[in-house]
Amino acid sequence: MENNIENKHEKVEKHVGWFFIFTIMAISIGGLVEITPLFFQKETTTPVTNLRPYTALEMEGRDIYIREGCNVCHSQMIRPFRAETERYGHYSVAGEHVWEHPFLWGSKRTGPDLARVGGRYSDDWHRAHLIDPRSVVPESNMPAFKWLAENKLDGKLTAKKLETFNLLTRNRGHKDEQGNSIPLYSAEDIANAKSDVEGRTEMDAIIAYLQSLGHALK
Amino acid sequence: MSSFWSIWITVLSLGTLVGCYLLLRWCLKNFAGVPEGESMGHEFDGIEELNNPLPKWWSTFFLVTIIWGFGYLLLYPGLGNWAGLLGWKSSNQGIVSLEESKQLSAASLAEGSGILNQYDREVQQADEKYGPIFKALSARDIEDIAKDEEALKIGQRLFLQNCAQCHGSDARGTTGFPDLTDNDWLYGGKPADIKYSLVHGRVAQGMMAWKSALGGEQGVKEMAAYVLSLSGREHNAEDAAKAAPKFAMCAACHGSEGQGSVAMGIPLGAPALNDNIWLYGGSQRAIEETIRNGRAGVMPAWLDILGEDKIHVISAYVYSLSNK
Repeated sequence: MENNIENKHEKVEKHVGWFFIFTIMAISIGGLVEITPLFFQKETTTPVTNLRPYTALEMEGRDIYIREGCNVCHSQMIRPFRAETERYGHYSVAGEHVWEHPFLWGSKRTGPDLARVGGRYSDDWHRAHLIDPRSVVPESNMPAFKWLAENKLDGKLTAKKLETFNLLTRNRGHKDEQGNSIPLYSAEDIANAKSDVEGRTEMDAIIAYLQSLGHALK
Repeated sequence: MSSFWSIWITVLSLGTLVGCYLLLRWCLKNFAGVPEGESMGHEFDGIEELNNPLPKWWSTFFLVTIIWGFGYLLLYPGLGNWAGLLGWKSSNQGIVSLEESKQLSAASLAEGSGILNQYDREVQQADEKYGPIFKALSARDIEDIAKDEEALKIGQRLFLQNCAQCHGSDARGTTGFPDLTDNDWLYGGKPADIKYSLVHGRVAQGMMAWKSALGGEQGVKEMAAYVLSLSGREHNAEDAAKAAPKFAMCAACHGSEGQGSVAMGIPLGAPALNDNIWLYGGSQRAIEETIRNGRAGVMPAWLDILGEDKIHVISAYVYSLSNK
């Protein structure tokens, strides 16, 4: 039977190279159908009307959010179920996340969703909660982030971060009257970035970031 | 979606389904060169491989999933611009503003719209069930609801979900977040005041940092002693006497006797200092801290999050806590 030329299936089974190629082809169809077209859809590339770029301080706060791994326990994605929107507010839509690089939707909720946490608590509450979560929510199992109140920002890279976001979101900003994309950050924003954050604590930055979340659809 | 991407999705999706069917048919053929059920001609440790076909139940299920796939793509949106025979969609994902979201929801819920928007339906069904309950409650006086045990249970549930994070599950507050059970109010404890605080939130006028105005750290220490004396707490009388004339500066908001801004009829959020209730702690050290750096409490506004009817019920619950 080894000589059976009809048995092409056996050929694939016994040649890892062919098997590899056919597997890649089969898997890629899912991505080609479900992901590729989204890069070119109006809904997924147009910012919602009220979306504004992060300020320099919020941008630094966002990086601290990433550094501390907040997205590991907190999602930023309210699904379109009443059970979620009753608690968190309007469901998330793609247009809110057009300028996110990387997006921080998360995939696990050990803590609550944060997509619209902005404005829901006072700055003082966030400060107390981040220094000692159980001082305000006794049943909380969130770790304390005391060091955020001690670490100071130097702002050395802030301007570069804003420039990078201009690059990553080119052609996806709000449009001016001629239909040209307006860059997220002006030359002035970038020039002032360092002085805007220098000397502020990481706590100030992450609270500013948290208070900005969900601003566009409220 | 442009027709290019619509065709792209359709061709790839249907092509895959057809491909799966062809693959199944092909694999059902006997390639082995030996009749079905007979030995493939090799054995290991006495175990022999027979040329058995794919199990019938398995290949039938494979076929059923393919047929299911076609049926699904016919009924539901999956093939590019094809909306599906059921007119089903999960929600309005393409919106750019809350107004647009509301308009589209109203449109999809309108009779004969042909759109089965699952999220909007779910919300509508809940509103039909719970809406009248909250409407009936919101038509009643807050004082009246505050005596209704059943209504207060609703209020408590809403409180625990939305307010307990700051004010605590027993509503007794914590450092920086007021106790709601004690009949001491920063912005007034009448039903209308409580409801106003919930609807619009409250941003404290803010106590400034007084260190320099009081002449440095020594001034802060003396003033803290004076503040302690107002409520009859143990204090350094010598220090308090030195600070007494300077209290005029504090009296603008806290009142000449430290009776607080509400007692003077102005809801500035300046607490009474003579009542031994301490929002930020009543020790010499805590009061010094407050005087040195100032304070500014913020209560968020809840109208957009909860809506007026639910706020009405929560107001009644909060009112009931100090008006048993």
